[in-house]
Amino acid sequence: MLLDLPFIWAGIIAFAVLTYVILDGFDLGVGILFPSGKSEQDRDVMMNSIAPVWDGNETWLVLGGGGLFAVFPLAYAVVMPALYMPITIMLLALIFRGVAFEYRWRTERWKWVWDRAFFGGSLVAAFMQGISLGALVQGIKVVDRAYAGGWWDWLSPFSIITGVAVVVGYALLGATWLILKTEGQLQYNMRRIARPTGIALLGFIGLASILTPLQDPIYAQRWFNLPGSIFSVIVPTLVIAAAVALWHGLRTEKDAMPFVATLSLFVLCYIGIGISFYPNIVPPSLSIWEAAAPDKSLAFALVGTVVLVPIILIYTAYAYWVFRGKIDPNEGYH
Amino acid sequence: MLDGFSAETLARAQFAFTVSFHIVFPAFSIGLASFLTVLNGLWLRTRNETYLTLFEYWKKIFAVAFGMGVVSGIVMSYQFGTNWSVFSDRAGPVIGPLMAYEVLSAFFLEAGFLGIMLFGRKRVGDQLHMFATAMVAFGTLMSATWILSVNSWMQTPAGFSITENGQFYPEDWWAIVFNPSFPYRLVHMVLAAYLTTALVVGAVGAWHLLRNSIDAAAGKMFSMAMWMLLLVAPLQIFVGDAHGLNTLEHQPVKIMAMEGHYDSHPHGAPLILFGIPNPEEKRIDYAIEIPKLSSLILKHHLDAPLDGLDTIPDEDEPPVVIVFWSFRIMVGLGFAMLGLAGWAAFGRMRKRFYDARWLQRASIAMGPMGFVAVLAGWVTTEVGRQPWTVYGLLRTSDSLAPVAAPAVAASLIAFIVVYFFVFGAGTFYILRLMGKTPTAKGGTHAA
Repeated sequence: MLLDLPFIWAGIIAFAVLTYVILDGFDLGVGILFPSGKSEQDRDVMMNSIAPVWDGNETWLVLGGGGLFAVFPLAYAVVMPALYMPITIMLLALIFRGVAFEYRWRTERWKWVWDRAFFGGSLVAAFMQGISLGALVQGIKVVDRAYAGGWWDWLSPFSIITGVAVVVGYALLGATWLILKTEGQLQYNMRRIARPTGIALLGFIGLASILTPLQDPIYAQRWFNLPGSIFSVIVPTLVIAAAVALWHGLRTEKDAMPFVATLSLFVLCYIGIGISFYPNIVPPSLSIWEAAAPDKSLAFALVGTVVLVPIILIYTAYAYWVFRGKIDPNEGYH
Repeated sequence: MLDGFSAETLARAQFAFTVSFHIVFPAFSIGLASFLTVLNGLWLRTRNETYLTLFEYWKKIFAVAFGMGVVSGIVMSYQFGTNWSVFSDRAGPVIGPLMAYEVLSAFFLEAGFLGIMLFGRKRVGDQLHMFATAMVAFGTLMSATWILSVNSWMQTPAGFSITENGQFYPEDWWAIVFNPSFPYRLVHMVLAAYLTTALVVGAVGAWHLLRNSIDAAAGKMFSMAMWMLLLVAPLQIFVGDAHGLNTLEHQPVKIMAMEGHYDSHPHGAPLILFGIPNPEEKRIDYAIEIPKLSSLILKHHLDAPLDGLDTIPDEDEPPVVIVFWSFRIMVGLGFAMLGLAGWAAFGRMRKRFYDARWLQRASIAMGPMGFVAVLAGWVTTEVGRQPWTVYGLLRTSDSLAPVAAPAVAASLIAFIVVYFFVFGAGTFYILRLMGKTPTAKGGTHAA
């Protein structure tokens, strides 16, 4: 086979996970910010800004899990037991926030329960995703095609930092999404929230950038030797540019610019993590070629992916376009 | 709590619990999505307000059920890795791509068009809204297709070889996807979903007809449900029989457990209608049986020999008691559905339908029975294929992740608590939606 299928698939999985992080990121972020909705109407608007699309957003998580299972079964088989607890807690949290979308319209007396479930579920899911990321960066011990670490390996000061960082990042995505989708007092409040959240996120990005190379010398090597060192210059420069754009967009009260700037920050951080990881899929020892399924599986799945993913992107974009514009508080969806 | 259970037992309990909860929602939403498509199409064609009323009514219920299906389904896609990682590593190259196809061709389709179907009629217009509704329904059927292919491959594996490191290696994708039991299982499950939905719709219609026998929307849904039942119930019995014969060919041990055949019958096996399996003594106590009928059904010959569980090693024997009973529950309910359909058809002929109170009470009693039958059927096929995950090749006990019992126990308890709370609330909301009268305006149906 001429094509390096594991490499292509690593790119596709990376794309799916990034799409998930961005899309579910802003909708988990809206959940994290839910208590800041001052009135019932504010909270209805916040919820309605994501109600038609959250389900599609979360499907990228299923693709991340299912895709990993399909093309890197060994990585899936190693990572899931290693992150048993954070992933189980994340799944339970996603249940609470997911059902809240419908449940809160079905009851008056218990509406507050589902409002809290939506907030709590979003917060915990985001935190657990950040913890999982941190645990992955720190490395997962593999012996004989199986996870060989302990039950609490995922919990460390570093993974807690990445956990909080993801919560802060999602909150910023949520706030800037709401700036884009709302008007008036709610939009004003979100601008006020976005500023300190943005500063906090930049702080966490800086902290994680310093701490990551300390987790494993190989990360430092990748960043400070060619060709990685080229990125060591480019990526931080672009991060600063995105931060400036965010600040400018908030100050001049632009609708879309803060959201786009925050998305850029996420993409850049993601690229940074990618540079640290490559060519491993599970640090510190499992490469994408070792973890990959046989070429025959990769090729079979690739055919459908090449055809279907562009179609998915088209109708997903269409669904967003249908629900474009500011949320009208009087247009009840239910 | 749960001390003294092995990690394997707990992991199996966890999978059985989460998948049983999950299957209830797709079984309902597959049928309901198709029903909504039909209602929407009829509304656009006839402009009869009753269809629109029913569409809007069932749409709300669908939204709640679908949401529960999504969140309980995400759990499933990770459960393979957390508890069954050895199985995932071994079987991943074969079944992983099929599951990826399910996500790509089904889940995205459903999720992408769900928002438009639920909230977008005014924004996109009738035609595109109809298209979105049909795409959601099509997505549910695609999802069933892929996941049943996966399940069927695990039951009747085909088109693969085994590599040195123990992985299943795909040789022929056509043979893998269309493995021997797949067509039967797929049709059986889709029909089961349609039956389940018809029973629920019929029960809701009957409930409102009992309160107001001239309610147009209630009458319409009751009538549509009973037609559906009349069409599908006999078909399902026929398909179920064919599926059984297919199982006899590929998984004869499962049939032995279903039939309760501990002993071989060289000169024609009896059909055991009822009895109490006694696994210690390996016999059926108090059996009520019809001589030679099992041979007639399974082999189409009264004196055809049938092997029993005495021909296989003990360690390959599935838990007979569970399979024996779950199979009888499923079959019994299948015939009860046929009976209800026949009763309704008879009532319709005699013009005693919209005000046939006992028929409607029976329909309400049968309302949840589709779910019971679906669960009983899945228990039959899944417990009946034990002790294997990949039939005959990979044992369940060898599929387990390197997990410690306390971790599995803790997550099992968490799942149980959360599921009963969350899905209990969801079921309550669905029942409350069903309790509301479908038409605010009232009106009479065209008898």
